[in-house]
Amino acid sequence: MSLTIYIPADSAAVSVGANDVAKEIANEAKKRNLQIEIKRNGSRGMFWLEPLVEITTDSARVGFGPVDVNDIETLFDVWQAKKTGHRLALGPVEEIPFLKKQQRITFKRVGIIEPLNLDDYQKHGGFEGLKKALTMESKTIIEQVLTSGLRGRGGAGFPAGIKWRTVAEQTAEQKYICCNADEGDSGTFADRMLMEGDPFCLLEGMIIAGISTKATKGLIYVRSEYPAAIKTLKSAIEILRANNWLGNNIAGSKHEFDIEIRRGAGSYVCGEESAMLESLEGKRGQVKVKPPIPAICGLFGAPTLVNNVLTLASVPMILSEGAKAYRDLGANKSHGTQAFQLGGNIKHGGLVELEFGISLGELINDFGGGTKTGKNFKCAQLGGPLGAYVNNSMFDAPMEYEALAEAGAMLGHGGIVVFDEDINMGQMARFAFEFCAIESCGKCTPCRIGSVRGVETIDKLLAGQNRQDNLKLIKDLCDILENGSLCAMGGLTPLPVRSAMKLFPKDFGL
Amino acid sequence: MRPMKNNQSSHDTITDICAKYQNNPAALIEILHDIQENFGFIPENLHREIADRLNITRAEIHGVISFYEDFKTSKGAKTKLKICKGEACQALGANELIKQAKEQMSGLEEDICFEEVYCLGNCALAPAMMRGEKLYGRINRASLEREINKSKGPISS
Repeated sequence: MSLTIYIPADSAAVSVGANDVAKEIANEAKKRNLQIEIKRNGSRGMFWLEPLVEITTDSARVGFGPVDVNDIETLFDVWQAKKTGHRLALGPVEEIPFLKKQQRITFKRVGIIEPLNLDDYQKHGGFEGLKKALTMESKTIIEQVLTSGLRGRGGAGFPAGIKWRTVAEQTAEQKYICCNADEGDSGTFADRMLMEGDPFCLLEGMIIAGISTKATKGLIYVRSEYPAAIKTLKSAIEILRANNWLGNNIAGSKHEFDIEIRRGAGSYVCGEESAMLESLEGKRGQVKVKPPIPAICGLFGAPTLVNNVLTLASVPMILSEGAKAYRDLGANKSHGTQAFQLGGNIKHGGLVELEFGISLGELINDFGGGTKTGKNFKCAQLGGPLGAYVNNSMFDAPMEYEALAEAGAMLGHGGIVVFDEDINMGQMARFAFEFCAIESCGKCTPCRIGSVRGVETIDKLLAGQNRQDNLKLIKDLCDILENGSLCAMGGLTPLPVRSAMKLFPKDFGL
Repeated sequence: MRPMKNNQSSHDTITDICAKYQNNPAALIEILHDIQENFGFIPENLHREIADRLNITRAEIHGVISFYEDFKTSKGAKTKLKICKGEACQALGANELIKQAKEQMSGLEEDICFEEVYCLGNCALAPAMMRGEKLYGRINRASLEREINKSKGPISS
């Protein structure tokens, strides 16, 4: 009997023992003198089931999880008997409701293929978008991106096609494509999952961006906290170079494009595009005044397209399936799908890719299964550490850019962090200021100093000192931070602070 | 940490690392990462050498090193332990774990260097921590204690 066994090599799966499980499976097979083939896939994004082991049967890939090294003997007993019943049996993986109810487009290969297997990639639709792009005029490619309605997935939601067109319109000897993979927001891990689970998809998107804007150099700025993603991307680039998908005359065409990886160095602000470009130039990651915008004057003063990982990774599908197919998904002005990430105190944490418009309540309750601790839901933070806290009165709100902005929240990078009733929101508001104080690049005084004063003043408020005066001071500080900071670091720190105070005044002794 | 090649002075190491990046000042952050992997930190007496190779000032190098959290200016302990203090990890008790770690590690400063970090990207398996480059998810009091004990003493796995 030969058995194909999938065990994720995704670093989240590995963080809960996937490598030990893989090793033990190999040992056990040897002991039993069994022929097996171990494949290390990405993660399916159902993290509460990790390590999720899958075996192939005639009809489907069948899952077992979360697997511990001590379960492997009994699992082999079941597999050898060609049965599927086991305490950890999950049935066909694609039938698990959490996955079945999703619309996996950008993540369609993640968890399914071996990330660095080029044949696997192509068998699952890889390079279809690029092949089409190579037959098109650059103008037509950009029109497709414009028509698709794709907006920047990094958080700001700026129409990607407009950026692409602006870069394409510039005349310059050298232009750059810079991929922002500095995924620093707490509650987000989608970029990491894609880079580790389907790196070729991101690279394909970058190549398409390169040929349509006439940029010949691409850089990916990956945060140093993601060593596995860095390693995978570096290998993926080597493989594409060796197979003529990168370099001169890509796939026999006249186009030229190459990609390099640059590591970050532990600075949150470097996720802001002007700070990231400074960092890519080897400098302190300090925010710069805009204009000029990077599309006109970016890296080394050259026209530069800065896009987030998921923005670029959405492009191959837009070209292969057509802009209309993408545009038809979503709600109102938010087209396509969003990778929602459920984290924090949640029973079923993981990645949910769905078209825009699903309600927050469905995500947290139907997909997430409520809190992990089983206690009452208190609130969720949307869109990372600079995003607003919301309570269950927002459960009916559709998850799309404009509707959330109207409600005083933001979608950001799609992270949803859940908290139960035990959390003290006074402390979380304090943390928002603390985080800003630690991560501020120092350029703008309101952010650099206001954040420190914010921590001090919240401490006084929480200690019950001159409540009304200190409350007024905090409100003042929030106004100054919001209006007097160049980037979102200082500008949005008031969002979690104000929303926490508004929704949970009791936690502030008010 | 990579062992230094025999018979090679630290200045030669700097020359090699800078040459790997064509002495390109834009690659300074990559270069500093490589230097830190070699020496465990970025020794100040090598700033001039780096500056000469890249044709930039020592002030610029100091500016970059002091800006980024990753770069260390002294050797520090062999084991680096980071506990995530992002909101997702706080939602499942990271603050208590950080408190526990600090208590358990007092007196072990020579063995373990401890840092609070803001998001390791493992938010669906919170609380998370990192030892060296190894990521851990779903940590609890017991598993944290075990990992700290593992790092005690001069030899750590």
